Amino acid sequence: MEQLLAISIGVLVAGSVYLMLARDLLRFLFGLILMSNAANLTIFVAGRLTPGAPPLVPDGVDAPVGLVANALPQALVLTAIVIGFGLFAFALVLTLRAYQSLGTLETSDMRIAEPDEPK
Amino acid sequence: MSWVLSLPLIIPFATAVFAFLLRNSPLGRWTSLVGSSVGLVASIALMSTVLHHQVITGQMGNWPAPFGITLVADLLSAVMVLITAITGIAVAIYALGDIDETRERLGYHALFQVLIAGVTGAFLTGDLFNLYVWFEVMLIASFGLLVLGGSREQIDGGVKYVTLNLISTIMFLTGIGLIYGLTGTLNLADLSGKLDAVENQGLVTVIAMLFMVAFGVKAAVFPLFFWLPASYHTPSFAVSAVFAGLLTKVGVYALIRTFTLLFDGDVGLTHTILLWVAGFTMVTGVLGAAVQNDFRKILSFHIVSQIGYMIMGLALLTPLALLGAVFYLLHHIIVKANLFLIAGVAKQLTGSTELAKIGGLYRSSPLLAALFLIPAFSLAGFPPLSGFWAKYILVKASLDEELWFLAFVALAVGLMTIFSMTKIWAEVFWKAHPDGRQPALSGLVGRTSLIVPIAGLALMTMVVGLMPEPFVTFAEQSAAQLLDPTPYITTVLGPQP
Repeated sequence: MEQLLAISIGVLVAGSVYLMLARDLLRFLFGLILMSNAANLTIFVAGRLTPGAPPLVPDGVDAPVGLVANALPQALVLTAIVIGFGLFAFALVLTLRAYQSLGTLETSDMRIAEPDEPK
Repeated sequence: MSWVLSLPLIIPFATAVFAFLLRNSPLGRWTSLVGSSVGLVASIALMSTVLHHQVITGQMGNWPAPFGITLVADLLSAVMVLITAITGIAVAIYALGDIDETRERLGYHALFQVLIAGVTGAFLTGDLFNLYVWFEVMLIASFGLLVLGGSREQIDGGVKYVTLNLISTIMFLTGIGLIYGLTGTLNLADLSGKLDAVENQGLVTVIAMLFMVAFGVKAAVFPLFFWLPASYHTPSFAVSAVFAGLLTKVGVYALIRTFTLLFDGDVGLTHTILLWVAGFTMVTGVLGAAVQNDFRKILSFHIVSQIGYMIMGLALLTPLALLGAVFYLLHHIIVKANLFLIAGVAKQLTGSTELAKIGGLYRSSPLLAALFLIPAFSLAGFPPLSGFWAKYILVKASLDEELWFLAFVALAVGLMTIFSMTKIWAEVFWKAHPDGRQPALSGLVGRTSLIVPIAGLALMTMVVGLMPEPFVTFAEQSAAQLLDPTPYITTVLGPQP
């Protein structure tokens, strides 16, 4: 299970790097989203995997019985997903606005804030 | 203890809510000002408590550390919170004259207060994941502030700022995941002991590098600083002043915190890299500034070069060097925010920030010229201003370590800083305005609210420069706490076996 997830993290990062090397801003953003998902999976795997053992406390005892899944990384990943969603929603709107006001998504053409010095 | 620690966080958030509700009314800006004043009182209370107890801690929700969310304030955290509040109130006053009603309706004051809350939270937290959350609070507020108004330059600069900061965020998050997998904890005090006990120290170094890159982007060090000069000259002046004063310094604080408390196992590797980074950051920043011809762009590149000095203090890791880094951090926030505020007044008086298009301020507004000289000479390191002591301590620390070349670089960069500052002086203040304008301060709308924070920050620079001893003693104690984190750890976790 760990190997499978490790391989998929690798594939996600490879794909995201490929996308982020593109000059198109939208592709770059998709690459970022993929990479943030790879980071979330990393946290998930780092918390150790225990399939089919939800961390539930049975009636009458104070702590879960036996080996159960680690709930903390799931809480961390959930927080990270929510924050990531907010950030990427902003980034997408910014991209749309950039396309509207700059007329391009080619990153090499985006030089309005830092124009070349007149020769 | 908990209230003293949490009030500096609660106040800006509460103010943000009220400022947002009142955004269409003139009351909104006064709400922001009142909130910043109360926040300043709260952070003074925190500072005096910390001076009395050295390290204080509070467990949110009463879950004991390392399980709950811990807030910790040692001397460094407390003084950073205090200086954040001081910068906050200075910029809140300045905003009365600088921020127009359109930006107010878009929620400027609410975003500003959230930004202050995020910065304060990052200084106070004792938990790595919580630090990530505060970074994000700060980041999303800064995104909003940066593009508020939506001019083409702002959108263009905003794209670069947002994308590069998001990459840093992902690096940080990956580092957190790996460090949790290795040790099973994210509490900074708890990690400090557990990381030393990890068998595979090589992996710890790998994680340290992830954190170095993540915080390096935030702190704008070489070669990760390119988002900063691309964006800091685009938003309104109040915004760029608070960014210049505080945001990169949160990155520097995070580097200092993690590379003294957590990653002190392989100092030979990590801190040698930091040493090289520091040197290159100083040189590239100051050279970048030398070729710029815009008031704010010059200042932006100087932020980068000054960050190099602070990293140099961290990289040397001697008591004197850390003292210098802490002192530099405090001096730099005041001076840098002030220079951006002055650039704003200069823009309002002369109509531009491009050096070729402006001038004549010395003749028509000598007060502003005098107020510019204080932070400008302090930045370059003239005695007896605060920057002189900061640079003197750091150069002395590198000479003590027999790093002659680094000391030479630090001094040469100081000299180049004078070059840039005299360029601004000659172009903006000394030469006549190319259109023959005689822009006088007396004709400026809202000049009291613009000049008061500038004069106040300049006065602080003078006080720190003329009476450096209490500040140096304070920085010395703070450096001692950083080098020996035992009190920090025992305060958070209780007595250790």
